[in-house]
Amino acid sequence: MDNKIKKILPQILTLLFIVLIFGFFTINAQLNMSNRGIDFGYGFLSQESSFDVQFSLIDYDGSHSYARAYLVGLLNTILVSVLGIIFCTIIGVIMGIARLSPNYLIRNSALWYVEFFRNVPLLLQIFFWYYAALRALPLPENTEPFLGATYLTIKGYYIPGLLWNNLNIFLYSILAAIILIVLIRTYAKKLQEEKGKQLPVFIISLSLLIVFPSLTLITGLSQAEVELPVLKQLSKTSFIYEGGISLPPELLALVLALSLYTSTFVAECVRAGIQGISKGQKEAAASVGLTPNQILKLVIMPQALRIIIPPTTNQYLNLTKNSSLAAAIAYPDLVLVFAGTALMQTGRAIEIVSITMLTYLTLSLSISLLMNWYNKKIAIKEK
Amino acid sequence: MLKIVRNFVLFFSAVVLLAACQQGGGSGKKSKTLDNTKKAGFVKCGVSQGLPGFSNADASGNWTGIDVDVCRAVAAAVLGDSEKVKYFPLSAKERFTALTSGEIDVLSRNTTWTLSRDADIGLTFVGVNFYDGQGFMVRKNSGIKSTRDFRSGISACTNIGTTTELNMRDFFNSKGIKYEPVAFEKADEVVAAYDAGRCDTYTTDKSGLAAQRTKLSAPNDHIVLPETISKEPLGPVVRQGDSVWEDIVRWSLNTMIEAEEYGVNSSNADSMKTSENPAIKRLVGAEGELGAAFGLDNEWSLRIIKQVGNYGESYKKHIADTGILPKRGPNELWTKGGILYVPPAR
Repeated sequence: MDNKIKKILPQILTLLFIVLIFGFFTINAQLNMSNRGIDFGYGFLSQESSFDVQFSLIDYDGSHSYARAYLVGLLNTILVSVLGIIFCTIIGVIMGIARLSPNYLIRNSALWYVEFFRNVPLLLQIFFWYYAALRALPLPENTEPFLGATYLTIKGYYIPGLLWNNLNIFLYSILAAIILIVLIRTYAKKLQEEKGKQLPVFIISLSLLIVFPSLTLITGLSQAEVELPVLKQLSKTSFIYEGGISLPPELLALVLALSLYTSTFVAECVRAGIQGISKGQKEAAASVGLTPNQILKLVIMPQALRIIIPPTTNQYLNLTKNSSLAAAIAYPDLVLVFAGTALMQTGRAIEIVSITMLTYLTLSLSISLLMNWYNKKIAIKEK
Repeated sequence: MLKIVRNFVLFFSAVVLLAACQQGGGSGKKSKTLDNTKKAGFVKCGVSQGLPGFSNADASGNWTGIDVDVCRAVAAAVLGDSEKVKYFPLSAKERFTALTSGEIDVLSRNTTWTLSRDADIGLTFVGVNFYDGQGFMVRKNSGIKSTRDFRSGISACTNIGTTTELNMRDFFNSKGIKYEPVAFEKADEVVAAYDAGRCDTYTTDKSGLAAQRTKLSAPNDHIVLPETISKEPLGPVVRQGDSVWEDIVRWSLNTMIEAEEYGVNSSNADSMKTSENPAIKRLVGAEGELGAAFGLDNEWSLRIIKQVGNYGESYKKHIADTGILPKRGPNELWTKGGILYVPPAR
């Protein structure tokens, strides 16, 4: 009995302490707010926001609600994070493998790349890409086409857009291709396990993904029309491009800075992961007659990934949280739109900051969960 | 076990009660803010991060401008020395939180008086020290002569968290013009972006445009369009709930304007004590007991005029002589065709 209390008491006290601290801060905030005539509530979310946002993935203008403005900011944050994660992974894996290259030049270039981008503060890099690099771009009227019909200007990157007719049929064809690929993969695995025969799964998958959607275009079931950006004159000396898709320079600078910075950390994770596999594994795999490609794919990578994934997850989380530096260069992310403009227009600091904090928490936890699930999936299952 | 819990609860309630008692003061003639200011020995004043003419720090950290003069007037009235001010440079986004949280006691930072700010978020506006309106700046060579020349697709740089963002939307919407708002957190970032050609126009209060134009790489290549699209009465703000402090700040500003009206300035203030006009005598503390109304001595207004000067002197020194807005326009006294009109000090 005595022992039991001894065990439980510290835990109860800790819990009580936490509750009291939170209670104290809540009551203190409430008291001070009522003393200063500030009321608390989330009702403002349904009010008309009456401010516009530069760049939005969903239909939005000032006649929508603050809740909608929140969604605009959240989606912009997610967009920049997803793009950043994709690019930093690609660059990071390439750089990580390059760090181990037998070629002196490649190995050392990768080393310099990593050391440079990892050791300059991120905010400075964002400022560099936005104020120095992108600012050096020409005005729209002086721009030469870049990569075909795209235009890289100081006011943004303009690329051709597609005007769709029956887009859903096109999307269904992709879905059908994916289902077929999954079936073929299962069959191929079975075939290999039972008869030891190997199918060129990758080539089959790729061609299915290309053939199915193109068929819908060729047969005319769905149609896409290319819309090119066209130069438009606003005044004697001011021009923009209209039509197609325009990516604001703020988005470009932010994605560039975030992915270059984070890729250096990913590169180090990849290098550490590959180096963490003992040489004997490679030699053993070679001795049973696997090709170098198969060794990397079937022996080295599955083991290395177990080392690479957990620290890389951290980098993805960092990238997502670092995207809040967007406010410095006017990219309308969650912090700028919601914890910036909306906060100032409503003056509801506690409500808005609490929502923003919860949102980042949820975003980070979701990424964590996803990566943990993937990590578990690739972990060695001991039989 | 139970005893520990009970003690915890007792201790906690005591702490809460104590906190409540501390907040309970501030009724009647007592002013917590005034007491704290006297105790600290300086006025905590929120200003901009650098807007020439309004609040701007020079290389050695001395703040000047007409917004700064409001805080100096309060310091002269309350502490007897206009230099006893501590300045807190704030972004548009931070300013109200800094005031409601008690970090500053006066916010004098070219802030527009609006209904929702006054009524909704625990603030009180005490007056207007500059009548402004929102305008647009464009490049001279763009050929744009007025806002009628704006076309859909125009990009406009501005600050976040200001009434500017809202006015801009109202304006472009009513004209049916599609525009791209590019909103930065700091004024210097807006200037840099507009200067580089990221935006076709820069929009904010006209006085702000005139002041920021001086920071551009080639100020003469830019013009401010003639139209004014909004009313922007700028003035000092205090926290809601301390009416004595509110009155002190309000009448410090009013004293400067009234002094100009009666021709009292920093050099003749002392000699005005023997004036024939009772209104002037009240203004320089030679008659009446006006200071007692908010717990100050009778020479509070004299100190403001002597140390800071009247509104006209302040305007001339910071706004006119610096070339920002040489003409006073609406910021002229009501007796001279402007709209500066303050209630009588009696």
